[in-house]
Amino acid sequence: MGYPHPSHPKEQPVLSKHFGDAGARTFDGWVKRGGYAGLKKALGMTRDQVIDEIKASGLRGRGGAGFPTGMKWSFMPKEVTKPHYLVCNADESEPGTFKDREIIRWTPHQLIEGCAIGAHAIGAERIYVYIRGEFTQEHKILVAAVEEAYKGGALGPSAFGSGRRIDLVVHRGAGAYICGEETAMMNSIEGRRGNPRIKPPFPAVAGLWASPTTINNVETLSAAGHIITHGAEWYKAFCVGNPKSTGTKLFSVCGHVQKPGNYEVVMGTPMRDLIFDMCGGMRPGRTLKAVIPGGSSVPIMTAAEIEGCAMDYEGIVAKGSMLGSGGMIVMDDSTDIVYQVMRLARFYAHESCAQCTQCREGTAWTTKILERILAGQGRREDLDLLLDLADNMTGKTICVLSDSCAAPVVSAIRKFPAEFDAYISRQKQPVMVTV
Amino acid sequence: MSTAHAAGESHEPVFVGPTRAKLEALFPKYPTRQACLLPALWLVQEARGWISDGAIHEVAAELGVTPAYVKGVVTFYTMYHTHPVGRHFIQVCTTSPCNICGAEDVTRAFLKHTGCHELGATSADGRFTVIEVECLGACGFATPVLIDDDFIESVTPERVPGILQGYK
Amino acid sequence: MTQDLVTVTIDGLQVQVPKGTSIIEAAKQAGVLVPHYCYHPSLPSPAVCRMCLVEVEKAPKLMPACVTTVAEGQVVHTDSPQARKARTGVLEFLLINHPLDCPICDQAGECELQDYVFQEGQAGTRYGDYAKRYNPVEEFGPDVLYVANRCILCTRCVRFMDDVAGAPVLNVSERGDRAHIGIDEGQLLDHPWAGNVVDLCPVGSLISRDFLHKARAWDLDKTASVCTGCSQGCNVTLDTRDNLVVRIRPRANLEVNRHFICDTGRMNYRWMNRGDRIEAPLAREGGHHVATDWEPALARLGGLARKGGSVVLLASAGASVEALTQLRALAGQGRVTAAVQVPLAEQEEPLQGVSGLALRKERAPNADGARLVGYGTDWAGAVRAAAGADLVLLLDVTLTDAEAALVGGAAAVVVLGTTLEQVLPVAELVLPVTTVAEESGTFVNRDLRVQRFQQARTAPGMARPAWWVAAGAAGADLGSAAEAFAAAAATVPALGGVTYADLGLNGRAVQSPGRRADGVPA
Repeated sequence: MGYPHPSHPKEQPVLSKHFGDAGARTFDGWVKRGGYAGLKKALGMTRDQVIDEIKASGLRGRGGAGFPTGMKWSFMPKEVTKPHYLVCNADESEPGTFKDREIIRWTPHQLIEGCAIGAHAIGAERIYVYIRGEFTQEHKILVAAVEEAYKGGALGPSAFGSGRRIDLVVHRGAGAYICGEETAMMNSIEGRRGNPRIKPPFPAVAGLWASPTTINNVETLSAAGHIITHGAEWYKAFCVGNPKSTGTKLFSVCGHVQKPGNYEVVMGTPMRDLIFDMCGGMRPGRTLKAVIPGGSSVPIMTAAEIEGCAMDYEGIVAKGSMLGSGGMIVMDDSTDIVYQVMRLARFYAHESCAQCTQCREGTAWTTKILERILAGQGRREDLDLLLDLADNMTGKTICVLSDSCAAPVVSAIRKFPAEFDAYISRQKQPVMVTV
Repeated sequence: MSTAHAAGESHEPVFVGPTRAKLEALFPKYPTRQACLLPALWLVQEARGWISDGAIHEVAAELGVTPAYVKGVVTFYTMYHTHPVGRHFIQVCTTSPCNICGAEDVTRAFLKHTGCHELGATSADGRFTVIEVECLGACGFATPVLIDDDFIESVTPERVPGILQGYK
Repeated sequence: MTQDLVTVTIDGLQVQVPKGTSIIEAAKQAGVLVPHYCYHPSLPSPAVCRMCLVEVEKAPKLMPACVTTVAEGQVVHTDSPQARKARTGVLEFLLINHPLDCPICDQAGECELQDYVFQEGQAGTRYGDYAKRYNPVEEFGPDVLYVANRCILCTRCVRFMDDVAGAPVLNVSERGDRAHIGIDEGQLLDHPWAGNVVDLCPVGSLISRDFLHKARAWDLDKTASVCTGCSQGCNVTLDTRDNLVVRIRPRANLEVNRHFICDTGRMNYRWMNRGDRIEAPLAREGGHHVATDWEPALARLGGLARKGGSVVLLASAGASVEALTQLRALAGQGRVTAAVQVPLAEQEEPLQGVSGLALRKERAPNADGARLVGYGTDWAGAVRAAAGADLVLLLDVTLTDAEAALVGGAAAVVVLGTTLEQVLPVAELVLPVTTVAEESGTFVNRDLRVQRFQQARTAPGMARPAWWVAAGAAGADLGSAAEAFAAAAATVPALGGVTYADLGLNGRAVQSPGRRADGVPA
């Protein structure tokens, strides 16, 4: 990848190969770089053949859940009796994550190609790309690229002359993290409040307008073209020994590293290599304190825990956290863990849709307790209270926003107790004033 | 609570001329009129800078839903303004990844150099409104700032006065 | 037709329910109430309040009982330590912003938040250090007030207006703990069925201005009755305090009104408290009315009835089946013209989400009962016939001056009346009778459903049920409303065989020979 840093030798640029290359943005530029070969090949395959290839590749959802993509596509009905829909999740709002934005701004056709392949595989004639409202420039780029794709024949009533109709509509969000949740996203596309839905029914049975729907992340779909072009075996080979996690993953590294940015590595690459080699390690005079590896909704890892951590789905779970979206927030010793956990809690409280009691009230209460601690009014019991609230907020709601608020709070209290003690014992000066 | 406006203020229709054409171009893209709601609200905000009660009624009538329904949607999504804002709307991300990279200093710099005394308030000359927002999805380019439709990366307090020059 | 049945065990009790039943409904059959807020059997279920989370063996997480359907062999624990902790958690979360308004809140005593907190909540709160939010009370409509501070966001009101009333004028506004119920500013919550949101609200957030601070729930006596507003026959509860009717609420009847009544019926109770009542039997002596006892009054009425000749019965269509039957019997087998006055409105107001439910044009509860007993509805014709009749019997009717002049032409007039304005100076006898609130009886609604209403307040003065008056005058020996109904069931073919026990408190439909295509009896 050439943007914002030249590719590191330990990277494996597949999706990010053309980041920084403005020429890759156009239809012709993409074709020149080998693009749309995957779509053309897929259109000559049956739905099942495409699904089998994706299954064999081991591709798993790159938005955060890690669900096997081929299996997800196979849940769609074989017979098309109602319209099928493909939704591309470009809502990217998980703190720490900024990979989908790069894919769209540098290689929109990579995404369009992947969407079209997905649409073909699931029997959909229409794709909705849900792009968050704040991605103003990416929206313009994508809309222009879609127009080009229609002109170039990749989209339209007969994609590349195959007789398959593939249409793509870009739908702009308007400021709601929760719309990144797949059922909330469908409600948002339908012109409703972005409230997550209860499951069942599952989207593949009754999704958009009660019709079979599949929702996939930008990064997941962008891989499809490469897999079809080069084959499942090629993709599976990107693997450091855990056959359940194959392919490459874009890790968005941000925070206290010398070279923040997106890094595409083979699944299973050691976390240490990413932070200390590729990202250039800590700023001068600073030591690593904590890492939140998967976007903010996963447990915090200590500096010790990243040692020997392989960056794949199972590897990070083995170290007590989750791969999630791969948005890696790196914090050095200058970080006030309590303050940042408060700021994360405040994020979740702001974004809660308000349906479920535990989330609506619990995220706000959690924030208030942390603010009080930071204001020098904390008590020992507040930590037990936070842990109990987190327990009451976990596993009990329609979606996992509530759980996501609890995860960093619980892990911070358990792994960085001294930080909290410093405020509670009044050793540390308050950094906030409560109103 | 709810943002109340005097009922009976006259409302100039938004969906006339080219804006009407844009609205109608949406209809074939969705199987229901209701699904055109978010894009229709964007058209209103692009035309008027904010979404008034009159506009809410107009959108409701066009799409065959009730004004109460539209209002429920408008107030859910934070990017829609339900009251007028400064000529230039500045959104600074201060969620943790940017927070640990000095985002709050950037916010303070914007508040100082725009003359807005507090978050959410409009400067006396009507030029700026500054707010803090949640993660803008550009964490590796801290601190990102959205000014109107311009997404500006890697903002530091030192860059703020220069950036503001470009927004009359 | 056999139905697929599923066997589940709930809190150790085994029940068999149709496939597709939710756990919360299956639990009712096992006699277990799963605490809940947002669930309601007449509304779509969003599963947002999270109160009904129960433990289901082999399921990885607690499941919401309102939307989880039963599976064969499922074992459910609604009160396990996990389920209880989840519930206590929800209650604590609800109480952090919910104000301690009980001392001034109308809902106290019939509040589901109070009930469940008392049942299993914590004795204290851990939220002591923070101010609660404050929002002003809003007037949603002419009667409905929204106390935003108390709202627990169950969204029953929004779903009712959206899906049952078909008028989406309420919304949820904003997000997170800033969320609240909103109404479009230009609108009023004045839909003909909007008052139901007050009943649906589990707490005192949506309240009725009409009932505001009128009475404490625990001071109320609650009586099962039937609405007298129209021919739909919605089942209601009359709430009384100190012998005054202070409120009407809907009573569940899945065959008629489900859980709802219209605003017209809801507000139709003030007349039950009128003080200008006829309180003693009056007999005409020497040109004016003199109070008398029942015995001589009934004897005199009996004498008039036995004289024979033409008899005209003019009755209210709000009179009970029992009253109308006895009055008809008193009139004898000679030339009898019997009619009820049925006020007709211009419009029906349907509740679109419940089939067959509307505020009907016939604004009286027993027009069909009257028809079954043999009364016609040609009021004007009957009044004209009264002018030359030998005996006219009036039952709870207020005549216009013109009608009174015509009736005055009869040889003898007897008034069985409730309010003083019904007294006619020419009447031989004026006999005080009870209203629907002061007696037990039955009505027949437009779908030919016979339904019981019960006595909610004591009768004023010496007023007695009209069936008792007529039967006493005829010399019949009827000691109770049940006996009066049995007498009616014996003589009215359509009612054949039905007893009070059969009717229960939700009534039963009977068939009448010769129904017209539109369902109205021929």
